[in-house]
Amino acid sequence: MTLRGKRLLIAKPGLDGHDVGAKVMALALRDAGAEVIYTGLRKSPDYIARVAMQEDVDAIGLSILSGSHMALVEETIKHLRELGIDDKPLFVGGTIPHEDRQALLRSGVRQVFTADMRVADVLATIERELGS
Amino acid sequence: MSKSQANEQPKTTMEDEIPAIPAPRTASGIEIPAIVTADMVRAHDPGLPGEYPFTRGIFADGYRRRLWTFRQYSGFGSAEETNERYRFLLERGQTGLSVALDLPTQCGYDPVDAMARPEVGKVGVSLSNLAEAEILFRGIDLERISTSFTINGTAAIIYAMYLAVADKHGVAREKLTGTIQNDILKEYVARGTWIFPVRPSMRLIADTILFSNQQTPRFNPISIAGAHFRDAGVTAVEEMGYTLANGLAYVDELLKRGGDINQFAKRLSFFFYVHMDFFEEVCKFRAGRRLWARLLKERYGVQDVGALRFRFGVVCGGSSLTAAQPQNNIVRVGVETMAAVLGGAQSIFTCAYDEAFQIPTESSAELALRTQQLIAYESGIAKTVDPLGGSYYVEWLTERMEQEMLAVIKQIEEYGGAIKAIEDGYLQMRTAERARNRKQLSDTGEQVVVGVNYFRNIDEQDQAGEAFRLNPQSVKRVIEKYEELKARRDAAGVKHALARLEEAAASDNENLMPYLIDCCHAYATVGEMVSALKRQWGEFQEPIRL
Repeated sequence: MTLRGKRLLIAKPGLDGHDVGAKVMALALRDAGAEVIYTGLRKSPDYIARVAMQEDVDAIGLSILSGSHMALVEETIKHLRELGIDDKPLFVGGTIPHEDRQALLRSGVRQVFTADMRVADVLATIERELGS
Repeated sequence: MSKSQANEQPKTTMEDEIPAIPAPRTASGIEIPAIVTADMVRAHDPGLPGEYPFTRGIFADGYRRRLWTFRQYSGFGSAEETNERYRFLLERGQTGLSVALDLPTQCGYDPVDAMARPEVGKVGVSLSNLAEAEILFRGIDLERISTSFTINGTAAIIYAMYLAVADKHGVAREKLTGTIQNDILKEYVARGTWIFPVRPSMRLIADTILFSNQQTPRFNPISIAGAHFRDAGVTAVEEMGYTLANGLAYVDELLKRGGDINQFAKRLSFFFYVHMDFFEEVCKFRAGRRLWARLLKERYGVQDVGALRFRFGVVCGGSSLTAAQPQNNIVRVGVETMAAVLGGAQSIFTCAYDEAFQIPTESSAELALRTQQLIAYESGIAKTVDPLGGSYYVEWLTERMEQEMLAVIKQIEEYGGAIKAIEDGYLQMRTAERARNRKQLSDTGEQVVVGVNYFRNIDEQDQAGEAFRLNPQSVKRVIEKYEELKARRDAAGVKHALARLEEAAASDNENLMPYLIDCCHAYATVGEMVSALKRQWGEFQEPIRL
């Protein structure tokens, strides 16, 4: 339970309605002790960045399965930067082809998670990234 | 890596283990006896196909006169590209079209909207107005080919657009065949393309069904879907239970609107996933078909045999497919297709093996279609009606599943009905819990997924094969065409049609379909029609309950 005391934002940018991964991770993170804020579906990158600031979260997780991850992540990073909170760790989960994973990591995303990973492994990675 | 290491056998397993023999339980958790004997089967005689309660199928002759419809879901990028893919599939023996629409079209945004831009053409074709629909169906005979649209939030609009295309082709409406999914209830739980609040959405759905019964009597104005519940995490039993509960909610809405159940029930159709637990999938269909007929007869007094027939399409694949060792998916889809046929499906969509991680390529899409053709023409399983009928195990499991499905329906009724359960976020919460449970079973290896938690090749690269890439020019072209249309159309005519639509939406009982068709003919866009309706109805506020 090493995520105790951490505040995490799980967000669904864009129009993608697949929220299984987002909800499974929200439940798992909560059980690991974190306080989780879930945005619900269909939020703009701008909105997500503002929530991240207002809620003063420790990290942000974006869930995208519609294939629009490159554009949506880029937009989100832009808004985080505008608000001066682009130092917060940003994670991306979803249907991410192998070649896009590298590009996302280069653009500043800390880790990319896909459905075939074990939840326990994803949690451990997040814990490590948050230095908890 | 040294050469000797590279030559070693790839490591198998979760942690180098062979999994235990699977526990004797179905994927829904039903305990399976080692042997089922005659005395364990209460209904010794499952009756005859084509006769109430249709355990063995809705037609007396099964597939002997007519096979199921081979219906592959496809669509991407622009209408031009998708039209080309449709012709490719039709030339190769596909017998019906299934239109995948992009998310802006599904959620009611025009392609130039800020929310829409990153998603244009991504998971389906962009269809923002009639001019695009004209291109999409160019050279396709709407009198002969049935077309299915996976569309929900904007289903009434896309249906109106299809009727407008048919008008332009000079095809009489009564000849049109096809389906709009038009099942908003499950969207609030699992698929997420809702727009309006639940109640006005139910009204719009009743409008389409009542209108369709009159004007396009061979068209299915709704396909009540369990598939998305299932892919989101629920069990086979819950998939059917939730779907039938939603079906009853639509029946009640239509009755409230003065519909005749003996008429509208004939055109209600259903849609499910087929996953890998073979017998459970077969029995899910047998049990659901029987339960639906019983519910309509016993609760609503339906007499008409046609209105008691439970017609359904399926998709084989979905979340049962894996990105690891993608060719394993070819086998999975083959097994699932056999379950669908033995369960008596009316139409089948087989996922391509690469669908777990990308839009299928032409070759993987062709292989998926060939899978159905092999089973239809080589396997022989469709030669007699319900070949599994009378098997002790199959009849026993059918009965068990029917009882459990009924219990799921009663649970929702005790909560206050499907609509309340969805407005409160109760079904959403249950589904998320199930999703977590399913993930745990696979993470711990309790449920074996070959190539994922056991029998892995450590060195393998996931997602092999040729990647499909969307042409960036086609998105650009979609936007250009949209701007051109707006400049070219009769703006006053559009404004007038939209104003009349909004006025009708403000009234409680006017059927909106004629107004939507007028809007389409005037080349009003999907985004404009949705905005007009939003002004009257507002938007759904998603309940967040975790």
